[in-house]
Parts: sequence; C-alpha cells; structure tokens
Amino acid sequence: MKKVIMGNHALSYGAMLARSQVIAAYPITPQTQVVELLSEMCADGTLDAKFIKVESEHSAMAACIGASAAGARAFTATSAQGLALMHEMLHWAAGERVPVVMGNVNRAMAPGWTIWADQNDSLSQRDTGWMQYYCASNQEVVDTVLQAFKVSEALSIPSMVILDAFALSHTYEVVDIPEAAKVDAYLPPFRPLYKLTPSDPRAFGGLTSPEHYMELRYKLQKDMEKAPALIEATGREFEKIFGRYLGLVDPYLCEDAEIILVTSGTAGYTARVAVDAMRAAGTKVGNLRIKVFRPFPFEAVRKYTAAAKKIAVVDRNISYGHHGIFSQELKSAVYGHADGKPVFGFIAGLGGRDITPASFKEVVDYAIAHEQPEAEIVWIGAKI
Amino acid sequence: MPKKRDAKKINFTSIAEVPTMPMSLGSMLWNKTGTWRNIRPEIKLEDCIQCGICWKFCPDMSILIENEWPVVDYDFCKGCGICAEECPAKCIVMVEERK
Amino acid sequence: MSKEKKMKLSLPTEELVGSGNLACQGCGATLAMRYFLKALGPKTVLCIPACCWSVIDGPYPYSCLGVPVHHSAFETAASTATGVKAGLQMTGDNETTVVAWGGDGGTFDIGLQALSGAAERNDDIIYVCYDNEAYMNTGIQRSSATPLGAWTTTTPVKFFKDQPKKDIDAIMAAHRIPYQATASISYPEDVYKKAKKAKDVKGTRFLHIYAPCPTGWKSRPEDTIKLGRMVVQNCIFPLFEVEHGEKYTLTMKPANKKPIDDYLKLQGRFRHLKPETIKVMQEAVDHEWTRLLKLCENR
Repeated sequence: MKKVIMGNHALSYGAMLARSQVIAAYPITPQTQVVELLSEMCADGTLDAKFIKVESEHSAMAACIGASAAGARAFTATSAQGLALMHEMLHWAAGERVPVVMGNVNRAMAPGWTIWADQNDSLSQRDTGWMQYYCASNQEVVDTVLQAFKVSEALSIPSMVILDAFALSHTYEVVDIPEAAKVDAYLPPFRPLYKLTPSDPRAFGGLTSPEHYMELRYKLQKDMEKAPALIEATGREFEKIFGRYLGLVDPYLCEDAEIILVTSGTAGYTARVAVDAMRAAGTKVGNLRIKVFRPFPFEAVRKYTAAAKKIAVVDRNISYGHHGIFSQELKSAVYGHADGKPVFGFIAGLGGRDITPASFKEVVDYAIAHEQPEAEIVWIGAKI
Repeated sequence: MPKKRDAKKINFTSIAEVPTMPMSLGSMLWNKTGTWRNIRPEIKLEDCIQCGICWKFCPDMSILIENEWPVVDYDFCKGCGICAEECPAKCIVMVEERK
Repeated sequence: MSKEKKMKLSLPTEELVGSGNLACQGCGATLAMRYFLKALGPKTVLCIPACCWSVIDGPYPYSCLGVPVHHSAFETAASTATGVKAGLQMTGDNETTVVAWGGDGGTFDIGLQALSGAAERNDDIIYVCYDNEAYMNTGIQRSSATPLGAWTTTTPVKFFKDQPKKDIDAIMAAHRIPYQATASISYPEDVYKKAKKAKDVKGTRFLHIYAPCPTGWKSRPEDTIKLGRMVVQNCIFPLFEVEHGEKYTLTMKPANKKPIDDYLKLQGRFRHLKPETIKVMQEAVDHEWTRLLKLCENR
C-alpha cells in the first residue's frame, strides 16, 4: 500500500511493522512525531506494545535495555541532546548485547540552541558499539528499521536508524508500506539466546575484572565484523520479498567516474542532481552514498572508489581539531589501497545550512582545480 | 538457588566458551570466605536454646541447621561475630582463629 | 544436647542469597537482601544499579543470587525495572515481580529522577533502597542520605556533614504511591512482612531498609544488629508504612524512646561530635518523631 508520509512517520511505520513490543520514549524536536504516531498506534490497537512515557531519554534507553534483556523487541527514537543524554546507556546496550533499535533524527548539537540538521549527534556515538544506518529517503527509513531489527537480533548488537532533521524527518514522500504478512515472514519474533527469567536465573552485566573484560569486547568486535556480509544478505532477502535492495553503500555512476563524491544521508540524493548536471557538462563525476557507517563498509568503499582519480568527501559534521568524520573514515579505508589517490575533505551544511547542487558543483570544481587539497578541511557555504 | 555442585571456579580454555552476553555461569560457592576470618564462632550446644537467632542474623548464610541444631559452616563464615553478640543464651563464643 | 525440640525459626529456610559472596563482615545490606528474597521468592527479577550489591553479588561470570539479576547503570534502577516489567509482560510473564534494588546514593541522589518518573507513572515495580547512609562502595563518601554530624571521606571531622538526611520517605509519599514502608534489618520478621505486603500490591512500591555498614560507619561488625535495633528504639529511623501517600501507620512504637547517645557512641563516624552538636541532633530527632506521630494520628 502506498502512502504519502513524513520521514518521522516512516520510522513509526517501521517500528509498528516490526511488531515492537516495548517502546520507551521522550519528546524532542524534530523526532517527536515518531513517538506521537506510535503512541496512537498503541492506543488504537494497531500495535500491541507497551508504551512507556519515560521522564528522560536516559531512562528511555534504560527501559529499552531492560525490556530487551527480558526478551521483548524494544524501540525508541530521539535526536541530538536526547541522544547525548543517552550516551552512557548506548555503551550499556552494546556491552550487554541487547538488540535495541533506535531512530535518531540528525540534529546539530547546542549551544546555541538549534533544531536543524547535522550529523554530530550520531557521529559522536561512533564508538559505542552500535550499528549506524544513514537513510536518504522515507522508503529507506521504513525498510531499514525492519532490516536493522533482523541484523541486530542475529548479532546481539543494537542499531541506530538515522535520518536528517527536516530534510527527511518532516518531508513527505511516497512510501510503499510493506505488507504485514510479508514483514512477518522476513522478520520473525525475537527469540534471544538468554534473557531475564526465573526459570534460568543469571546475572547480566556484573563486575568484570581485567581477566575477562577483553574477551567480551573481542566477541563484540568479531560479531560486528560479521555485520557487513549479513547486511548484504538480509538486504538481498529483503529485495526478494519487497523488490528493494538494502545495501551497505549506494553507488551512482561510479564505474567510470574520475571524481567520486562521497556523501551520506539526504545530501546523497542532492549530490545526484549535481552529478547529472556535471555529467551533462562533460565532467566524469559519480556519487557514493555511504549508508552504513558502523560497521564501516571498507570493501565496498574500496571497490567503488578504485577506478577514480580523486575522492571528494562531503561531511555534514566535524571532529574539532581533526576534520570531517566521513573524510577520516574514507582515508582510513583507502590507506594502502589507493596508490596515493587524494582524498579531499569538505565540510558543509552544519546546523542545518542548506547543501544544494551548487554546493556539490563547488566541491567538484575545487577537486578538479587542485592536485591535492590545500588543507584537511575545505569549507563549503561558510561565510568566511 | 545456588547448588553446591556449582562450587567451582570457571576457567575458559578457549574464546568459544566465553558467552556472548556478559552473564553469570555459576555461583560464588567456590569462594571460601572462611579464609577471611580472624576469629571463629564456637557453639556450646549444651547451652543452646534452639532459638534460631544465630541463624536468622547471619549475613553469610553460615549457620546451618542440622537435626534441629545450629552448626557453623566454617567454609564461608567470615567471623563477623554477630551470632555470638546476639545469642540470648550466650552459648556462642568467638575464639582466635587457629591458622 | 538431650533436648529434642524443634528449632524456632521465624522465617522460611529457603535461601536465595548464596554464601561465598563479597560482602564485608557484618554487612547489613546482605541481610536486607536475604530477608527480602525470602519474602519474594524465586519468581523475582532484580535490577541492581551501581552500589555495594553490584560487588556483593560476585564478579562475572558468577552470581551469588538465586534469582535473575540485571546489573544496571547507576541512575537507572527504576527505569530499567520498568522496562524489564514491560518486557516480561509482553512476552507472557505476568507473574514475576520486578524489583529495583539500590543503595542510598542510587536512590536519594543519582537515581532520584528515574525513581520519581516510575513512581509518578505508578509503574508496577518494587523499589528497595537499602540505606547505609553514604557511598560505601566507592569508599565512604557522603550522600544526601548521610545523617547530620557524620564523618565520611568527603565530610572530614572538621567539616562534618552539616545538613540533615534527605527525607526520601516524604518524597515518595508525595508521589501518592500505593504502598511504602521503612524497615530495619534488625527486625527481620518486619522486613519479611512488609516485603510480602509489597509483593501483593500493584503499582509502585517503595521499601526503605536501614542497613548498617561496619566498614563505613567504623563500627564493630558484631554490632550491626544492635545498631539497627537502637536506631529504631531511639526513633532516628522509625518503622512505619504509608499507603497512597496519606495513610501513615507506625509499625513499631518503642516502649520508651531512648536518647541517641549510645547509638552514636558505637560508631566511629560520630566520634568527633561535641555535646552541643549531639544536643542539636537529639532535638532534630525529637522534632521529626513528633511530626511522624502526628501524621500517624491524623489519618
């Protein structure tokens, strides 16, 4: 069934179709509509779930962890300051190996108070042990929530499904809502290996000495390393049922491109408009949209950038004192593989400033005009 | 209820034995806290009035009841002295631990 | 030895707390758990935030407890318990009691927001605070449960704590939760009775259990029970119940209320106190006791 829905409601539909059993959430702009719709769905019986109206995001994640540890499928959604408040609990969820799935609407961090898009909120959670999916359309949001639960539950690792504030969260698009029966076939009920139950009493998360801690973290990393193949496999499985592939990256005209624009989130689709225009003008540009950031898709990135002469990464985020975070990741992925190929790092769109086709034109023009970048960061659209 | 048979320390011999989740696989009964003790309770059963108070107030579950009489479990008794202090018949004395 | 009678046991013999645990000698917190679980039984899940009990239970991969335990972040005992309860219900277990089991730091201080949230929503959990009146697990730092006059490592004797203990019971009563009670480990039958009562009530229930700590109070381990008794007899820690935030009932009225001096003398943490401070403390205890008696009469 096709519906015109906003990105936030795409998250709600995903959580509903996944038959989430416990939802614990706290309001924050621009995420609030996700949980508003879910609470309506719980109230009218569309979704059989317990909706816990917690008093903070920290408690939201704590409650989701508790619910998941008890064997229920748990979902929440947040944004920016809320995600930052959850930070401790994100480590907790991954360390405890509970497959919670969370929607995060990318919003810049205060101060000054802001509600507009950039990726510093979720990228600040890079090392918490969560998988991160950056979506570019409302369709992809619905679909990815289902895939995220499937992969998370198979690996006992939590996932974050991420969409840009306003550019996606409040933008209405046509979405083919997956059919419930088909979703049930794709995503069977959550059956954890171990859970909190009096019939098999165990203590989870106890004091762990240096004698034991490292092996638990080794196992988390090893399971995270299994994720790229599993994401591709579950993406193919999804394609078989629903006709849409869900992969690690989304390449566009990369095969013969001399310059690859690397993007994430909605900027990925904007980049394609620019790519088409530049191609029409004779510039061989392609776009590689990185969808999955954790685990980082090393092989896919190497594959699609192999033939290009230059890589231009556009970051809607910044690691202060270093440079753009996707740019860092790209450099680490191609290190030793790219024959000294230059990786240009651009920063654009912080705090919700628009990233337009013209922004990408500027990026590509810079990359054409320079053999090597003049600095680690080239600022786009900043009044400097 | 932890069983006495669980009373062994767990040594993982390979990474395959390490659980995915950080969870318990056995009880603490391998940990013989009796070694912490400097003084030990000794019960003079001839004076015991079988009131159960020593059993009731033992924080280490180390007063066992055997055939209706209190018996100290020296494997785990930490030697806090609560039983001797609280015994209304004054039939428990704390004596220097024999090492 | 020739006597052939049965031992008089006032509590069930089943133990859900195992030996070999890592509690200090004479630990009141361990007794609190022991009595509480005797009442609750095996169909219980515990959510334990950072506190002495996260150590007492034993390190990974062990647990001294015979019930499932979720070790939780410091400020999340109540919110985790709420999630566990919802998770159990959604997976078909409506029977198991979910308990948040925290120390005074995790309850009075860092976990108060989550506790207030759960209580306001009247989530179906029992919250137990075993109160040893300071951050004992981290090495005896003052909490808002530390009484006036006490030494801790962050309230040295020259600057002993000069604020009274936070009135957590009044805070919980203000939430109008269906059932709350205070208890002391020196009255195990009373702890047991109140835990049983709490188990049978729906909604948020709060038990505040006084649990002496020889290590932190600089008291003799053998005095643990004596201290838990004296604190009730001198009315520093009266035993009472509150239903729906309004119906106060005194569950133990001391025959003759004792002065606080003897209780203070048994604890190194009060050794520095001068008579004039003790006088102020006594007056505060008298004032609070009178106030509580009025609450109990006015119902």
